Amino acid sequence: MKNNVINYSFKWHGRGGQGAVTAAQITAEAAFINGFKGVTASPFFGAERRGAPVMAFTRISTEPIRTFSQIEQADVIIILDSSLLNVIQLDQDIGKDSLLIINTKKSPDMFSGYNIPTATVDAYSAASKAGITVAGQVIISTSILGAVIRTTGLFSMNEIEQTLLHKFPHKIVQKNMESVRIAMEATQFNETWKRAIKP
Amino acid sequence: MSKKNIQILSGTEAAALAAKLCKVEVVAAYPITPQSKIPEKLSKYVEKGELKAEFVLVESEHSALGVCISASLAGARAFTATCANGLLYMSEQVHWAAGSRVPVVMCVANRGVGAPWTILNDQQDTISQRDAGWIQLYCRNNQEILDTVIQAFIIAEELFVPIMVCFDGFVLSHTNMPVEVPDSDDIASIIPPYKPVLDITDSKHIVNINPVTFSTPRPSANGEIQPSYMGLRKRLNEALILALTTIPRVDALFEKKFNRTTGGLLWEYMVEDAEVILLSMGSLTSEAEVAADALRQNNIKAGVIGVRCYRPFPGEAIRKSLQHADYVAVFEKDISYGHEGALCSDIKSALYGTSSQPQIMGFIAGIGGKDVKARELQQATMDLIDGRITESPVWINLTV
Repeated sequence: MKNNVINYSFKWHGRGGQGAVTAAQITAEAAFINGFKGVTASPFFGAERRGAPVMAFTRISTEPIRTFSQIEQADVIIILDSSLLNVIQLDQDIGKDSLLIINTKKSPDMFSGYNIPTATVDAYSAASKAGITVAGQVIISTSILGAVIRTTGLFSMNEIEQTLLHKFPHKIVQKNMESVRIAMEATQFNETWKRAIKP
Repeated sequence: MSKKNIQILSGTEAAALAAKLCKVEVVAAYPITPQSKIPEKLSKYVEKGELKAEFVLVESEHSALGVCISASLAGARAFTATCANGLLYMSEQVHWAAGSRVPVVMCVANRGVGAPWTILNDQQDTISQRDAGWIQLYCRNNQEILDTVIQAFIIAEELFVPIMVCFDGFVLSHTNMPVEVPDSDDIASIIPPYKPVLDITDSKHIVNINPVTFSTPRPSANGEIQPSYMGLRKRLNEALILALTTIPRVDALFEKKFNRTTGGLLWEYMVEDAEVILLSMGSLTSEAEVAADALRQNNIKAGVIGVRCYRPFPGEAIRKSLQHADYVAVFEKDISYGHEGALCSDIKSALYGTSSQPQIMGFIAGIGGKDVKARELQQATMDLIDGRITESPVWINLTV
């Protein structure tokens, strides 16, 4: 039995095809590279369809992860499509010291009703500017991570880059890193998150 | 020792990579969720030239295993993967593979059986094939999937018994986690080349590999006395019983080489002084560890047993591991309809006539993808200890 284990859970809400599952996976690997011994990333276990609401989960821990059950309340809740806020029951995801990250052009003040630290980022424009489209669709699975870096400090651009280099050719990685950088700078966050790791 | 190669892999990726490391020579598989990525990955390896194997496109699971049986008889290392209704569609060939004594290794990404349709996880599919004569090994996490596929080829080719490597669909198949990937040269050093009993490709010595057997021994065409059908069945059973010593030996060999163990027959966690044991198979064992830790914090002496090898059944190891337990909570993702969970019955029979008679209770959990949380296992265990259980088996966390 281990004491002083530090765990973080992430719940990703997106629409099929947006890149929620990929973002969950990159987060897990980046955290692992940054020294977290235990990481898992999984989709919500069910059918996936383009455009339909989908969920994905990431767990990161200072010890190997032994639980594979679905995450209820999450430390970090990420909304890849703000129209989902009308569909999902966000209250059920919010726990003690949760952080909310929303992909939107709006400012965080617009979401103050949730009463938790909230960051917003226009991840779509960041990915679009960097030219990240697949079959005509802008993919925000990497740009959204700019906001995750900025708000949580759980990993940096460097770990994202190393992760992407495991999966994609150098040229594509550079484009994605550009989108991460743009999104990181564009992230609006006027608070601090209690559980953030200072760089 | 060189730097560890740790990759973040899904269960299906771990399974495909393991088959590649074992240099399988024939792959035949038909896609079915959540197994599909295994043949996808393997076909990519073959296409890129990273794996020199024959990837045979088939129109069904029945043909997939048929190809693997034939390939194995011809002397090739053969691999396939399936689950749920795909496994049931190949069921005739599942029995045939064991009867033919071919060392095929098959991954099963455990999924609930239709009807009604579900793509999600339970273990009814492989449990329903329990009596086909295959060795069945269950994996706790993705590291164990990779390690077990590798070990399975060694065990299968030594005993001439096919092996199912079973792992929970979605829960492991679609969850990415760190997996230490061994060096292919190190794998080559522990897996001897596969040598079939007969060289059926030798046209000068034509053999009948598929004679009709009778209830008494009969001479074959060349005058040699051939065993009866029943005699061959006894030999198959003996091979599986022998596996109870082969499996721990291969795991020990693996541990010596790679410095990690799957537990061999059983995965044990804090059992030495445990008064209550949470017993399960597959990923539930990992979840049960979390529950046991929580129980220990409440001063309940809890331990965990994961049955890694379900067939052959490790009765002696179970008896030894349970000798001091007062309570055994058996959690399983299957049901023998009209009775109880299959594993629960096996645990009870293993303890028949022994001096240790713990209270054993069967819990049915996670059927058709129903989420199972450690706190639910913890609560169920407390219900058993405190005598609050009124039904048997108990269906965990079921509302309607």
